[in-house]
Amino acid sequence: MSAANANAVELKGVTFKRGERSIFNNVDIVIPRGKVTAIMGPSGCGKTTLLRLIAAQLKPTRGEVWVSGTNLPTLSRRELFDMRKQMGVLFQSGALFTDLDVFENVAFPLRVHTKLPEEMIRDIVLMKLQAVGLRGAVELMPEELSGGMKRRVALARAIALDPQILMYDEPFAGQDPIAMGVLVQLIRLLTDALGITSIVVSHDLAETASIADYIYVVGDAQVLGQGTPAELHESTNPRIRQFMKGAADGPVPFHFPAPAYAEDLLRGSDA
Amino acid sequence: MRKRSLIERVRLVGEAGMNVVAAQGRATLFLFHALFGPSGLDGRFSLLIKQLYSIGVLSLAIVVVSGVFIGMVLALQGYSILSSYGSEQAVGQMVALTLLRELGPVVTALLFAGRAGSALAAEIGNMKSTEQLSSLEMIGVDPLKYIVAPRLWAGFISLPLLTVIFNVVGIWGGAMVAVDWLGVYEGSFWANMQNSVTFSTDVLNGVIKSMVFAVVVTWIAVFQGYDCEPTSEGISRATTRTVVYASLAVLGLDFILTALMFGDF
Repeated sequence: MSAANANAVELKGVTFKRGERSIFNNVDIVIPRGKVTAIMGPSGCGKTTLLRLIAAQLKPTRGEVWVSGTNLPTLSRRELFDMRKQMGVLFQSGALFTDLDVFENVAFPLRVHTKLPEEMIRDIVLMKLQAVGLRGAVELMPEELSGGMKRRVALARAIALDPQILMYDEPFAGQDPIAMGVLVQLIRLLTDALGITSIVVSHDLAETASIADYIYVVGDAQVLGQGTPAELHESTNPRIRQFMKGAADGPVPFHFPAPAYAEDLLRGSDA
Repeated sequence: MRKRSLIERVRLVGEAGMNVVAAQGRATLFLFHALFGPSGLDGRFSLLIKQLYSIGVLSLAIVVVSGVFIGMVLALQGYSILSSYGSEQAVGQMVALTLLRELGPVVTALLFAGRAGSALAAEIGNMKSTEQLSSLEMIGVDPLKYIVAPRLWAGFISLPLLTVIFNVVGIWGGAMVAVDWLGVYEGSFWANMQNSVTFSTDVLNGVIKSMVFAVVVTWIAVFQGYDCEPTSEGISRATTRTVVYASLAVLGLDFILTALMFGDF
């Protein structure tokens, strides 16, 4: 097996800029096939941007994004849409189509990309919904679902075409403990049972560390550290220690950069 | 509040200018991709039908009601002016020409921008902010083909048809006031109209105007929704911009088109 095929995703020297600001600067990330890889870091460090780079919804300013042996930035719009059939993304909001019911949402990728007979589409949709425990919600509309249920339906839709790579954008954000537990279990189960490569972008430390095989911690436009959850817990790097222990102050300061406090107060309202 | 130096203000003006030009470039590419880019959907006719309903059919009520009232008002005003010259039988001609040449295309386009255009911008903006457009992209479906193209075509088809309906009910409203209420002789009302209205100059030019307005209004609405900032303020700005830009574009273009069609130079 060649190196390109052993890894589902490889980012090589990726730089991404918004205007003058570097979101990523010469970043290298390797995501092995069939594992749960987590990308963690403080809010606003560009985790979701990284996911969009892997999904080729954004083009890197410089560098290569290899997915299943193809360098995505070189593909045409048409080829890219074909390539995306191998990938699934679970968006933070679920992103269900609000004018379609649960069944049609999950059936949507099948209807667009396959010419399967209606009975087979029905069977596949029910199987996918059964996998996320929502077969009973098949006739509901998205607005009738709770936040956690929306994410599970979105997950069923994301796996409808049996993708090789599944990306989760903040899957645990804003979920109650039960919904969170369900999602954690589902991500691990789907990865192991279907052999999917899972990429979880999150800042929920405990949940992510409990299922991830490998973690990248990003921040300051770079990869700050990487390793298994156990290795990162033992890390001596102060940035990683602050993040893993959730300390309010440290190398990432509590205060946004500002002039001296006393000086600012004494300056009065003429500023 | 942050204070800005003079040079900073000059820079901001330049930046705003650049943004306008860049947005126009994006809007042109957007239209081109949506209408002429490769289709991956094997022509989804059902999507077009659905949009024809929500853009065209649902705009019918406001167009019909406005058409009737505008026709009635035209007949009332026309009668009071023309009767002072003793030529009230020409009121049919006046109502028909005013509606066919000017008010029909322009007022229908303005109503369409307010009713359908704002709804289009808000709907697409909302799809963007709830990541439904990104989600489509990730499923391997081009939102320009699946969401944008059917809405554009539905707008292009609906507005000229709505304009024709507006004209018809407007003339009917005018006849109701002039003939049934004010007592203009029915024969001269319709005969004057028939003698003065020509298909090629009046009816056709009005329809051509409405086709141009259809392209401009729908394009502005769909682009504003697609290009908006995916936040609640962004969506509200996109909706306002749609109505303002589309209305100004319709009024400006109407002058140019009228000058070209009826200007005699």
